[in-house]
Amino acid sequence: MIIDPIALFLLLLSASTPILFAALGELVVERAGVLNLGVEGMMITGALAGFAAAYHTGNPWLGFAAAALAGALIAMPFAVLTQFLLSNQVASGLALTLFGLGMAALFGKPVEGVKAPAMASGPLDLNWIVWLGLGMVPAIWWFLNRSRAGLILRGMGENHDAAHALGYDVRRVRIAAIAFGGAMAGIGGAFISIATVLQWTEGMTAGAGWIALAIVVFSNWTAPGVMAGAWLFGGVTVLQLRLQAAGVRVPVQLLSMAPYLATILVLVAISARQKFSRRAGSAAPGSLGQTFHALR
Amino acid sequence: MIRLVPRTETPALLQVVTPVLAVLATMLAGGLLFAVMGYDPVAAIKTIFWDPLFGPAASYSRPQLLVKAAPLILIASGLAVGFRAGIWNIGAEGQYIIGAITGAAVALTAYPAAGMWIFPAMVIAGAAGGWAWGMIPALLRNWFGASEILVSLMLVYVAQRIAAWMAFGPMKNPEGFGFPGSRNLQQYPAAANPELIPGTGAHWGVVAAVLAVLATWFLMSRHIRGFHIRAAGAAPRAARFAGVKPETLVAFCLGLSGALAGMAGLFEVAGPAGQITDKVGVGYGFTAIIVAFLGRLHPVGILLAGLLLALTYIGGELAQLTMNLPAATVQVFQGMLLFFLLGFDLLTRYRIARRITA
Repeated sequence: MIIDPIALFLLLLSASTPILFAALGELVVERAGVLNLGVEGMMITGALAGFAAAYHTGNPWLGFAAAALAGALIAMPFAVLTQFLLSNQVASGLALTLFGLGMAALFGKPVEGVKAPAMASGPLDLNWIVWLGLGMVPAIWWFLNRSRAGLILRGMGENHDAAHALGYDVRRVRIAAIAFGGAMAGIGGAFISIATVLQWTEGMTAGAGWIALAIVVFSNWTAPGVMAGAWLFGGVTVLQLRLQAAGVRVPVQLLSMAPYLATILVLVAISARQKFSRRAGSAAPGSLGQTFHALR
Repeated sequence: MIRLVPRTETPALLQVVTPVLAVLATMLAGGLLFAVMGYDPVAAIKTIFWDPLFGPAASYSRPQLLVKAAPLILIASGLAVGFRAGIWNIGAEGQYIIGAITGAAVALTAYPAAGMWIFPAMVIAGAAGGWAWGMIPALLRNWFGASEILVSLMLVYVAQRIAAWMAFGPMKNPEGFGFPGSRNLQQYPAAANPELIPGTGAHWGVVAAVLAVLATWFLMSRHIRGFHIRAAGAAPRAARFAGVKPETLVAFCLGLSGALAGMAGLFEVAGPAGQITDKVGVGYGFTAIIVAFLGRLHPVGILLAGLLLALTYIGGELAQLTMNLPAATVQVFQGMLLFFLLGFDLLTRYRIARRITA
């Protein structure tokens, strides 16, 4: 069997796209100082909303737009809870995941078993969304590191009290970031249903949202790092599928553990590096996960 | 305008009232959702919350209450201990699955031997399996600083695949005509976890759940370890200066909640579920997180919360049968409940005051 490295790399790009979108979105959210564990819930919502919209309109692009909107909308209860009602971000994010999974299962019944409309490919026979995802990497890097708005957002993530004292509206910026994260996760989810599986099935994101969260840690909170992480997982996924197709004498159930085990391995490796290396400390935003409450 | 003033102490009344408010708000929002979906909201709420206890088929559904509540309470009492210390085990579902597998492994190895030792050995094996699965995120956090949230959650997916592999491979019933799934433990008397008092639904898991509630209550309010856990949750730095080792707490909390979840899995697979299949995990591990919060992380609260969420499961099934309501309704209900709980929690932590405009 000859494995064409270029063909394999193109497969890897496709396989990594859902996680790339979701992780880039979460990167912006976390850089603003908010830990949103609801990525899985927003992805599955996007997967359903996008698929249903694409199916009913016959236009995949409208599907992706609907997915972005749905992802941002379903993140709003989380935004209200954490920004106005000062709830614990870990618990609220979990609630968002449980709620999103439930809502998608509830409203997904009517589109079970139907097929997604065909989508025209872009250059190299890759889906245009794959190219969009690759384009988002430098765009988000530029936004975070070179734009004034990105500087304000990062400042809030490092120290929300200082940003507040300087007169910035911490809540407004964070809500915008949460909505952006939801939209990106929604697009990532929709890529699975519209462009990869071409169908809607319950629970189809299968932990991709959680892997995206791990990749943000892996990236040490940088956009190029997120891309590297997403590619790593795309690679593991493609390899695992290749091995299954090649008929390796390992049970399918065990092979399909690979992405999750790889996530744990990578998480351990990167955490150990951040913990033990004197030079490469963790670049986690200083206010990450903390509740912001302005007394004045 | 209003402003929020942090409370130094929470009035006892609010501790009790806020979960009740959250449940009522969930009923309202749920009713609204049913109305949007074209169902009669009043009838739907009544079917879910009233009929399982007092409706025409209540004699069938009432025993189910304990069957469903037992695993929820067992898992949630363990989780709550960790949550108090800010240690987030959200992979109880995985520990539950592994406990079911290791416990069933004892029975399937012993088959067809008879003996009083078999069931107790299964319980120990189930607890040990869950404990070991919970120790993985604990050790990875202690040694390398890896997030226990992400590792424990990833291990849920790994456990699900181990269960599928077991059901289709090593544990497949040799007399099962090629169908996936292990032997049915309910038909193997030495390993079965039967109803102890006919008509109540109470099996050994229910006994274990009650013991877990008592034990965690003792731990949290009477034992020095419980004091350390509460201290670490309320003021991590102060606790560290007082000599509380965070590593010890991480290992203890994840190990304890893992063992309880594993036990819950074993009681389920030896009782109501009967066999290892690829769908051993039915989501109790995730619902238990909601139970822990609804019970305000207090053992007695968890007991009541477990019963209430068990009711939503049974009511949901009933509504599926009688009103054709989709199965996922319960999941949405549970998600909404957690949202409202966290929202109303504001009242216990902050006082609402008028903003003074100078």
